[in-house]
Amino acid sequence: MPAREYIRERFFPHIWCPGCGHGIVLNGLVRAIENIGLKKNDIVMVSGIGCSSRIAGYMDFHTLHTIHGRALAFAIGVKMSRPDLTLLVPMGDGDALSIGGNHFIHACRRNIDMTAIVMNNRVYGMTGGQYSPLSGYGTMATTAPYTNIDQAFDVVSMATAAGATFVARATAYHVQQLPGILEEAIRHKGFSVVEVMTPCPTYFGRKNKEGSAVDMMENLKTRTTPIGSKAKQENPSLIERGIFVKKELPEYCAEYQRIVERAMKGK
Amino acid sequence: MAKLKLKGHLINRDWCKGCGICVHFCPRKVLELDEFDKVVAVRPQDCVCCKLCELRCPDLAIEVQTEQD
Amino acid sequence: MGGELKFVQGNEACVKAALYAGLDFFAGYPITPSTEIAELMAARLPRKGGTFMQMEDEIASICAIIGASLTGRKVMTATSGPGFSLMQEGLGYAIMAEIPCVIVDVQRGGPSTGLPTKVSQGDVNQARWGVHGDHAIVALTASNHQDIFSITVDAFNFSETYRTPVILLFDEVIAHMRERLKVPEPGEIALVERLKTSVKEGVDYHPYLQREDGRLPMSDFGGVHRYNVTGLFHDMWGFPSENPTVVHELLRHLTDKIDNHVEKMTRYREYFIEDAEMLLISYGSSARSALHLVTDRRQHGESVGLLELQTLWPFPSALVREKTRNARYVVVVEMNMGQVLQSVKASVERPERVFLANRVDGVLITPADIRNILRLIQGKGV
Repeated sequence: MPAREYIRERFFPHIWCPGCGHGIVLNGLVRAIENIGLKKNDIVMVSGIGCSSRIAGYMDFHTLHTIHGRALAFAIGVKMSRPDLTLLVPMGDGDALSIGGNHFIHACRRNIDMTAIVMNNRVYGMTGGQYSPLSGYGTMATTAPYTNIDQAFDVVSMATAAGATFVARATAYHVQQLPGILEEAIRHKGFSVVEVMTPCPTYFGRKNKEGSAVDMMENLKTRTTPIGSKAKQENPSLIERGIFVKKELPEYCAEYQRIVERAMKGK
Repeated sequence: MAKLKLKGHLINRDWCKGCGICVHFCPRKVLELDEFDKVVAVRPQDCVCCKLCELRCPDLAIEVQTEQD
Repeated sequence: MGGELKFVQGNEACVKAALYAGLDFFAGYPITPSTEIAELMAARLPRKGGTFMQMEDEIASICAIIGASLTGRKVMTATSGPGFSLMQEGLGYAIMAEIPCVIVDVQRGGPSTGLPTKVSQGDVNQARWGVHGDHAIVALTASNHQDIFSITVDAFNFSETYRTPVILLFDEVIAHMRERLKVPEPGEIALVERLKTSVKEGVDYHPYLQREDGRLPMSDFGGVHRYNVTGLFHDMWGFPSENPTVVHELLRHLTDKIDNHVEKMTRYREYFIEDAEMLLISYGSSARSALHLVTDRRQHGESVGLLELQTLWPFPSALVREKTRNARYVVVVEMNMGQVLQSVKASVERPERVFLANRVDGVLITPADIRNILRLIQGKGV
């Protein structure tokens, strides 16, 4: 199993609840990294705060567990100093898009070479089940005891609009695609966003009567469809998964290197 | 691609949290939870080595060990 | 020693000193009255192969420099009061994770948007206690461009020596005023480089295990040692811990490493203080007015002196107690409602003789302002 080499086994079993999709993301990520053949010393993982952020502690890379919402800003400092390193930035949906929303869109805009993984479980889990910016209208949460009237973001649309040059959506159910999508995101030279829909049976599931972890995984299967599928045409409420954007644009570190060269020439 | 042959299911009982995802989604119903809510391979002879259980396990608690045919 | 002579703003003196100290990464966000620092960095850093980044806000700025520092760079950001408020959580992270960095706060009138283009010294306590939780902090200031230069170099040196963020508290007057600066020759001021671990690859490295002298040798991110950095209380490997012994020892370490070295970090100047009956204590641009007054009154035979503080935090209590021992009156001259005054009162014998000469209307306190207050204190009227 490739996982063994890349994880800090001494901290397992991990803190995540039974059936939490975050572990499946970790599982897919180590496979992606093995497929690429990255060396552990060349990987820096930067995370923020929340259930998702704990992934960094379990990975045997250079790991930086930072403050809520700011993982991308820390990661940019690392990357701009060491463009040769591979930066992985796992975040929760609240972490990336509520408190960290500004950093998220600006990281997309700069097209700096790193991979942002939004582990979207539609809830604040670490604090006990409050609604997140991705919970969506009509959901229930401890802070929406009557119903949630906040509309949700579409991470893929927003990342695309903000200029990310690789944008994809995967799910914790579709594990045959997950490592491949993560691999392609990491290999992409530029800012990559991968939204991974993951179940939180403990909070989102209970509050919204979505059943067990198994039931929530079934939901990921039935409520999503590959991009451009016939099923989507027949049922527009299906959520598309796959790679939405993959384009080449000047990468930020490389562009800055050109600035250095100009400055050194005095022009 | 050569067909994979099962060597065994390596299950880490300390890591398994008994969520049942592997059990439910196993296409051949090889796996079950025991009385301690830990996964066991009760019908290994039926395993087709698709490794979906291994890929879907949130706890990295199961590994399908194979040898090439 | 021959050095390059320049006629510059205080902000530029700070930039020159930072580059002299080995700065190679700056991230910032425009805010008056600190913006010239970012502009000059944008032009000059890439010329030496360094990195300048204009971030989306001050929060991102401090986070980016912390990330860069972990890879072995000397780093800095610059801001003013409102931006400094936004940086407090990142500052706390740098304290907890013990990451060297320098934060310049060019003070302006506050609270809130306040007086963006006017002078104030109202952030002294924000520098001390803006971060939540118990902690120690280093904050330095200066009143002239030559001292801005040397104190900025000190800031980088302290930051590397003690693995801590260091705050440079300048103010609008000193930052925008132009005066002469003699840029020291390379080597004229000693520089402290980062203490790197000598632990070889493959040998267990403990990023948070102190040496006997309390210092923590670092390993660059991206190097041969992989470890964890967190803002949570952590053990010697950098992994989160709630063990009460670990928590207690780390908090004590974070405060002791600063508080036990107050003398080494104390920078000050003194003028006519041996026989001073009336002792002024000031810092930053207000110290210029205080010095002008002291020099003037000495010519009139009055026994007035000035203690100019350059280290504000950790507060040099022993120094202040010693220097104020023989003064009949102690007058703290500052442009706030008495932020250093409180520390002076807490430090001296007979605090009832300590008074405040302040101005908080966005205008530089003048020698005449101070003199009027001195006359009142002495019962001479105005």
